[in-house]
Amino acid sequence: MKGREWLIHRLLVVVAFSSLSLLGLIAVFIFAGGIPIMAQVGLGEFLAGTRWAPTRGHFGILPMIVGSLWVTAGALVLGVPVALACAMYLSEVASEGVGRVVKPALELLAGIPSVVYGFLGLVLLVPLIRQFLGGPGFSVLAAACVLAVMILPTVTSVSYDALRAVPPTYREGSLALGATRWQTISMSVLPAARSGILAGVILGMGRAVGETMAVIMVAGNATLVPVSPLDPVRTLTSNIALELGYAAGKHREALFATGVVLFLIIMVLNLVAGAVAGRGKSR
Amino acid sequence: MTGVVLLTLTALGGCRREARVHTVTLAGSTSVQPFAELLAEVFMSRHPEISVNVQGGGSSAGIEAALSGAADIGMSSRHLLPAEQAQLRPVLIAQDAVAVVVHPSNPVRGLTRDQARDIFAGRIRNWSQVGGPPSAIHVILREEGSGTRASFEEMIMEGSDPDPRALVQDSNGAVRETVAHDPGAIGYISLGLVDERVRPVSIDGMTPSVPAVLEGRYQLVRPFLFVLKGEPREPALLFLDFVLGPGQAILREEGLIPAAKGSGNP
Repeated sequence: MKGREWLIHRLLVVVAFSSLSLLGLIAVFIFAGGIPIMAQVGLGEFLAGTRWAPTRGHFGILPMIVGSLWVTAGALVLGVPVALACAMYLSEVASEGVGRVVKPALELLAGIPSVVYGFLGLVLLVPLIRQFLGGPGFSVLAAACVLAVMILPTVTSVSYDALRAVPPTYREGSLALGATRWQTISMSVLPAARSGILAGVILGMGRAVGETMAVIMVAGNATLVPVSPLDPVRTLTSNIALELGYAAGKHREALFATGVVLFLIIMVLNLVAGAVAGRGKSR
Repeated sequence: MTGVVLLTLTALGGCRREARVHTVTLAGSTSVQPFAELLAEVFMSRHPEISVNVQGGGSSAGIEAALSGAADIGMSSRHLLPAEQAQLRPVLIAQDAVAVVVHPSNPVRGLTRDQARDIFAGRIRNWSQVGGPPSAIHVILREEGSGTRASFEEMIMEGSDPDPRALVQDSNGAVRETVAHDPGAIGYISLGLVDERVRPVSIDGMTPSVPAVLEGRYQLVRPFLFVLKGEPREPALLFLDFVLGPGQAILREEGLIPAAKGSGNP
């Protein structure tokens, strides 16, 4: 019996470390593919260059970095307030029965394939933007709207859990002091759940940075630093997905280097999310 | 019981496997892919002993695959670069015209080659400059590395950089879809994919059509190539013979311009 337990223990350790080493392997692979061209072009030129024409020898990915930031920020601005409102409603206002129907329905949004969101954006959003706001329709705004809907379930359910974790005594105390329901939610419950909500927002941000398919379909993918929400935009992930199939030689290396930048951005986001969530727990 | 199931499975698997002892692998251009798949289907019905696998990946990936030996035959919809030419043998299997297309409501019927270049380079930015309505031109390109794009740039752009403001779509179909929905758009797609939702414009007075290409009146034409490294294996050679022989009629039926036997095939 003892021997068997030891075996299982060892087995679990091996499995755990093999998935960890997979992460390491991915990192090594991407970095090995991307570092040489970064060194060759120069880090400054690569990160701050505005011209991307890899088959002509121009490897500036600033338009994609700025594009990713624009689109992600837009998605958060549009999506987070709605997600927070949903979470607040579900946790504080909705009756048990309503909650039991609405929450799973909201979580269902996370299960819809991204190509479906992209298609809806393409046939509904893009023509509307072109008609009423101008520009080609394929834009930062279109991508941000689509992403806002896509991050909704993540942000909502994490925020909901954070709000639910606030002890009932906070609400009772606030109400006993004569605060209205809205005052209780906004000034007592919400601040108490802040770190959990922030972790949810950062998780949503991670999803927005990484999303590819839907963004390719509605963003226009122009290789220009976008200056207005109506400008077409190309994100880091789109850049890789669009061109990797066709790329060879230096072009391919440059796409791996794009992957390195993306990898680092996502790593930082995850570390921040971990730190924020950890701080919430220790309090 | 398990034994019986296993036996049945091997027997069932064997039926198909046994018949196809040789495999030919093709990889490359997504423009050539659908035609190659069709050719492979007909070929396999005639040669039950050979199985032909067709994969996409793009022209550059196809050339890479042929170089590395990952595929017996690479497919490319652009000419080979000098460096590639030194190691590979291109075989022209057909030609495809590239059509510049606009929204059907656009009154502009034709452009000169210079106008087309200036539009795609971002120097002409309003339809009124080329005899259209006063509205902005939305240029739509294929992504960097695409065979369609490489051919178009080679034939029209003459070294000018494409407009960085231009939208980029990742397939002929996506370009057509975008142009079909945007009255201000202009893009380029394979002639075989032009339908009533977009309108091809003439270039230097030449309207794209299969007869116009055959008679040499329309010159925006790109090659569909099979690229080979060294002497291919017997089954790959058989497939190549089929494509250059009876396969040509199939390609013509599909809207491509057949490769005149021998021409352009070093």
